[in-house]
Amino acid sequence: MKKMFAPLLVIVAAMFAAAPIMIAQAPFESTMGLIQKIFYYHVPSWMAMYSAIVVCGVASAIYLFKGRADVDCYAVSAAELAVLFGLMGLVTGPLWGRKAWGVWWQWDARLTSALLLELIFVAYLMVRKFGGPGSEKLAAATALFGTATAPFVYKSVDIWRTVHPKTSVVPLLASSMPGAGRPFALSSIAFILLFVVLLTLRVKLARQQNTLDNLYLAQEDR
Amino acid sequence: MFLRTALLVLRKDFAIEMKSLEVLLTTLFFAVSCVLVFAFAFVKDGRAPEDAAAGILWIAIAFAGTLALGRTFERERYSETLRALLLAPAPRAALYVGKLLGMLALLGVAEGLLVPLVAFLFQASAWFSRPLLLLAVLAGGTVGFAAVGTLFAAMLVRARSRDVLLPILLYPITIPVIIGGVRGTAALLASPADEVTATMWIGILFAFDVVFVTLSLWTFEPLMTE
Amino acid sequence: MTVRRIVMALWSIVLVSAPALAFQPPPQSEFVPVTELPAGDQLPAAPYLIAAYVFVWLAVMLYLWTIWRRLNKVEADMRTLEQRQRSPSR
Repeated sequence: MKKMFAPLLVIVAAMFAAAPIMIAQAPFESTMGLIQKIFYYHVPSWMAMYSAIVVCGVASAIYLFKGRADVDCYAVSAAELAVLFGLMGLVTGPLWGRKAWGVWWQWDARLTSALLLELIFVAYLMVRKFGGPGSEKLAAATALFGTATAPFVYKSVDIWRTVHPKTSVVPLLASSMPGAGRPFALSSIAFILLFVVLLTLRVKLARQQNTLDNLYLAQEDR
Repeated sequence: MFLRTALLVLRKDFAIEMKSLEVLLTTLFFAVSCVLVFAFAFVKDGRAPEDAAAGILWIAIAFAGTLALGRTFERERYSETLRALLLAPAPRAALYVGKLLGMLALLGVAEGLLVPLVAFLFQASAWFSRPLLLLAVLAGGTVGFAAVGTLFAAMLVRARSRDVLLPILLYPITIPVIIGGVRGTAALLASPADEVTATMWIGILFAFDVVFVTLSLWTFEPLMTE
Repeated sequence: MTVRRIVMALWSIVLVSAPALAFQPPPQSEFVPVTELPAGDQLPAAPYLIAAYVFVWLAVMLYLWTIWRRLNKVEADMRTLEQRQRSPSR
């Protein structure tokens, strides 16, 4: 993992540099025009966020049941990244919606359940920061319950909203815009790789902090 | 052994509560004031907007429940009985079940007061046309809320800022319960009671309860161990 | 120390590619005319699109900066701890 880090970094940066050019050259979608191009950053943000949530949930479960402290570093890093990518999605989404639907927020099923997931992981970070000693386990339980409730949240919000018109762009795009495939694939891969790179960096930070804490404890014991 | 321990914990809490009725009475009164505050917020020209009654009921249950959870476990922390409970040679999950049953009893009594009150304030006739289904919606929602709440309240007992962390953690995770409860109750209050929708929400609430009671039973032990 | 260098490298790569971001070739041949757009009646799309992209870039940059700052702090703390240990101890 360490050896791959530098080349991975270069690849990600190159992809992000190339993306705007490819996105600008993609064909316009017929009904929404220019604004639809937000989709190239909006959907991959969500993909990265869901990856982060899965990583956090699994790491939290392992930490809670097996008690391995190094796995906890992955949990906290993934939670921070989930909040980061979720924030990106939650900002780009309403910006798109304002132009396409005319309103900032429409209680759309996906956006609402994403907001709730974001809140759950912000709560995770708050527990870690303000929970006092032993907060790692509490936060792990939060992540576990949060990941478990995600399908329920999505389903209930979805049913809650069926009386209102649903707007789901992705299936439409796949059929109507053959030229959109490549920039979308590029953006998706770029975001996932960005997630991996940031996760590696953040885990390194978490491990250094753990080492520092252990050093302090060892010194106090002397 | 498991059930006996759970029932013993329940009896202990019941005995303590019966002496002063502190948590019960204050929670009930808080729930009533909650309903009144929301009623004043939403009623305009003497009429509440549609489905407001169902929403007000469930918000009152959620808020009163959160308060009751905090106070029940605060009592344990104050007398330092939690450590004694954990040291007892009993399966830990049984402690959780005992606490959960106590919480359910408390919320049951609160709902027994709240539902007639909300019915009284907002067109009583429609509320009791399908009593069994209404009971199922209330039970499904309350079990889900109490299951997650009891676990979180127990695990936060030794944490700092526990009073405000409990709602921060609890509300986003129990949103499906709130949605299901409100929509199910509202479906039953519609002019021809919408039984199909209500049954569907009861199903979802039941699935939520099964998943989260199981998850709580699994995680109670590792969470309460140092 | 190596991590600091890598983070600096990432910063510089991104700053260098910023001109690429700024220069967006006008989409000419692939242009599909937007038929349902009564010109002047709808909100201009460009500001929202640019705002969205700028936000994403800024968020990533900010996050990288916070990691960099925290990493520096932790490494500085470790150095002071090592120095304290090396200085005459009992």
